Amino acid sequence: MTNTSSAERADARHDRQSADDGSGLVLADLRVTYGAGATALRAVDGVDLSVPRGSTLALVGESGCGKSTIAKAIVGLAPSVGGQILLGGMDVTTERGRSAAHFRRRVQMIFQDPYSSLNPRMTVAATLDEALALHTGLNRVDRRARAAELLDLVAMSGTGADKYPAEFSGGQRQRIAIARALATDPEVVIADEITSALDVSVQASILNLMREIQARTGVAVLLITHNLAVARYFSHRTAVMYLGRIVENGDESLYTAPRHPYTRALLDASPSLAAHREDRVPLAGDLPDPHDPPSGCRFRSRCPVGPLTHQDRTVCIDREPPVVDPAGLAVACHFPPEQPAGR
Amino acid sequence: MASRRLRAIVGAPGTVVGLVILAIVVVVAIIGPAVWQDRAMTMNVMEARQGISASHWLGTDVLGRDVLARILASTRTSLLLALAAVLLGSAIGFPLGAVAGLLPPRGRRLVGRGIGIALAFPGIVTALFICTVIGIGAFGGVLAIGLAMAPGFARLAQTLGTAVAGSDYVAAARVLGVRRGALLRRYVLPNIAEPLLITVTMAASDALIALAALSYLGLGVQPPSYDWGRVLGEGLQDIYTTPAVALGAGAAIVLTGLAFNLLGESMAHGFDSRAGSVSARALRRMGRSLLPGRGLPAAPPEPDGEPRVALRLEDLSVYFPGPDGTLVQPVRGVNLTVGEGEMVGIVGESGSGKSLTALAAAGLVPYPGQVRVQRREIAGSDVATMHPEQLRKLLGTDLAMVFQDPMTSLNPALRLRRQLTEKLEVHEGITRAEATERAILALTDMRITAARRRLDQFPHEMSGGMRQRIMIAMGLMGSPSLLIADEPTTALDVTVQAQIIDLLRALNAEHGTAVVLISHDVSVINELCHRMVVMYGGRIVEQGPTAEVIAAPRHPYTAALLAAVPTLQTGREEPLASIPGQPPSPTAMPAGCPFAPRCAAADATCRQEMPPLIPDGQRDLACWHPLSESDEGRAPGGLASPRVGSPAGRSIPGTRRVRT
Repeated sequence: MTNTSSAERADARHDRQSADDGSGLVLADLRVTYGAGATALRAVDGVDLSVPRGSTLALVGESGCGKSTIAKAIVGLAPSVGGQILLGGMDVTTERGRSAAHFRRRVQMIFQDPYSSLNPRMTVAATLDEALALHTGLNRVDRRARAAELLDLVAMSGTGADKYPAEFSGGQRQRIAIARALATDPEVVIADEITSALDVSVQASILNLMREIQARTGVAVLLITHNLAVARYFSHRTAVMYLGRIVENGDESLYTAPRHPYTRALLDASPSLAAHREDRVPLAGDLPDPHDPPSGCRFRSRCPVGPLTHQDRTVCIDREPPVVDPAGLAVACHFPPEQPAGR
Repeated sequence: MASRRLRAIVGAPGTVVGLVILAIVVVVAIIGPAVWQDRAMTMNVMEARQGISASHWLGTDVLGRDVLARILASTRTSLLLALAAVLLGSAIGFPLGAVAGLLPPRGRRLVGRGIGIALAFPGIVTALFICTVIGIGAFGGVLAIGLAMAPGFARLAQTLGTAVAGSDYVAAARVLGVRRGALLRRYVLPNIAEPLLITVTMAASDALIALAALSYLGLGVQPPSYDWGRVLGEGLQDIYTTPAVALGAGAAIVLTGLAFNLLGESMAHGFDSRAGSVSARALRRMGRSLLPGRGLPAAPPEPDGEPRVALRLEDLSVYFPGPDGTLVQPVRGVNLTVGEGEMVGIVGESGSGKSLTALAAAGLVPYPGQVRVQRREIAGSDVATMHPEQLRKLLGTDLAMVFQDPMTSLNPALRLRRQLTEKLEVHEGITRAEATERAILALTDMRITAARRRLDQFPHEMSGGMRQRIMIAMGLMGSPSLLIADEPTTALDVTVQAQIIDLLRALNAEHGTAVVLISHDVSVINELCHRMVVMYGGRIVEQGPTAEVIAAPRHPYTAALLAAVPTLQTGREEPLASIPGQPPSPTAMPAGCPFAPRCAAADATCRQEMPPLIPDGQRDLACWHPLSESDEGRAPGGLASPRVGSPAGRSIPGTRRVRT
């Protein structure tokens, strides 16, 4: 059990809030519910996260854990949002109606599949021009110049802005989608599995590009991925999500010394180029029905250190583990390893 | 692209016929009233009800008017009324349906139900009802048909619009804050325009017939005006004495309707053939050049003493008709042998030909693809010499195939029991009860709990990982000696992927099943396979024991591919080594080494001559300038060989981009 004094945590909260001004994205106790009543699905159930300006937070977890729902909630595509989404200290869940356009300029999203995220009937120039026309006060001539700059930023200059998406390869389309997201000069970009539809060699160039862009513009990136190697390579911090909750949040040490058994299981399951490890512990069973998550710790039905193997650990069934805050000062586990588990 | 599609539409024979008929009809509609009106209105009771004659080609009606003239003169009315009805129907239906797709859920449901209710009434009944309410006549008829058509149009636009509204590009536009009107105008309508246009064209023929029916019933055009329906109605009274009168009007309706339909069909066909239609000529030529045995040396007799293999492919090529009647060859002379109980991984990027190689091995290359192979052996028997019945049995039992998407490879309408037991009953002739027991055993082997209960479930009741395990269980029921798995874990989470990999490994250890695993992910292959085959541009560029290839790749592409994959050990400070440019497209394959345009070490030889695949110890290699064994392909940090790509892969590809 991690010993975190309440004073420390309050300090962390305070730091977070004072550092917010004018920068970064903070989620506080975010809840997203689909449906209502008995069949309601709490896809995101009390999530605290923070993505300071100029940094990248990777959000990892299995499909159905709620990571894409968080993205939707932030950009306003999800229904019924509770808690706070703070952008530069301002809660956008309440002000969205009033200044939607203003807010939209500040958060943009890049989608997984570049084959479906561009309108096939609009040229690259028209796609970029639309974003610029909506969110900048530029005139037509300036918008053209800015669009050319954006294409240059994603290394697509001189490749025919008058062409349609179908005339480009997957990697090129993803660059165009990135340019569109950058058109509004956003503070936060949400990258939802942006390389998983691309070939390996193209993935590397897109990841490099995103790094360059972040270095140049200081944009905060929320990277959503199921690929732990990509998450580790690209991000400053990583949050691991399971059934609507963050179970662990940490820096690079999360990959070398995971503290939550689920993080450990994900790492074990990730295929690698190293020699086989025979010691890995496979995760039992499938993801539980998210409509009816297990009581107490949600991971207990598959946990290798929980009541499945240690029958005396009834606390996992009875009590919810601590909440992980953005500083990663807790791990949502009743029995984290005493010594950090070396790998 | 647009012009190619237009050519595909205009070039189809149906279009030509349709366009010619329509052109004639339009010309007649324009000049008709001026030329034939007098003749059509001239009454001559003396010549009433006459049959076909030299002066009256289609006879005369009850008032002695010339029927042919009446048909020709009324072309304009008939056509315009039909078009008006269609325009009215689409003007009401399409916006209603398209807007419905963009409304918030409650509005969408409301509009959807309204459309559903309207659709529940048969069109002609609705039309008759409206006609009676509004009053009979041409105006009422058009209104009635138009309104009756609107729900159908609305439903189509709603269905198509909903699909577009759910797409990522609309989500992206919403994130940008694009307004609803602009969404409809710029995003939804252009993307559903093609099917709507086809529907309108087809609907014109329906409207023509429906209006004729109304007029025929006396509800449409009223005398003294007339259209084809009226002429038909008037002629029908005398169908037994002067059939030509009715048949003439009928023929006009049918021909024009047919023309609209032909046009719609060929438009649909043209829009559909995205990659350019397959010309019959190209197919015939393919057929000629690829007939088995023709132009090829006879297959050598089976060598004795060689160990039995699970799979042997010699000089495998796959051809597809390309654009403009050319042939493309996405798989170019692949030799692959998989020993009994061996696990071989084929790695490559999209367009490398890895999946087609697998499909060709199983004889599943889709139409219009053609396969040419010197020799194809499965489980030690030469497929070419087999009786079709034998072959089917072999494919059903000795070879199992698992695909990427378990949802689409299981039949969603059948319970598992049927899908799992059918093969056994067909190929092994055992009873249903025995087959069920075997199925339960197979599912249990795949670590599926409560197998007996699962048999009565449908595929959609299971998770993706479970479906994939069921697919594998299904393949294994016939105790195959070879399992070909094409990206079996790509759609799955890493935890499930690890389970599947463990299962395949156990399967191999316990039953000696040979496995061919196709993946874009080197690390998945590393987890499972003894031997690794690297494909690029339809060819094998390197193969050898997995651990050795990964530790010391000799082909620059292999090295670059390995360096580009971030692993949990990759240095976080350096940029990833990326490969400049893109994989070659089968339609524009380089003349020499397929990797030459992206390879830093390539010279003139590489660009002009294809390097052959040459064995070198345990390794096969197709490269003019292989990395030497001392070249550390991969430092522990995971950085690429410095000879590959741009300096440390830093530059953003684009400077050396190869247009494909």
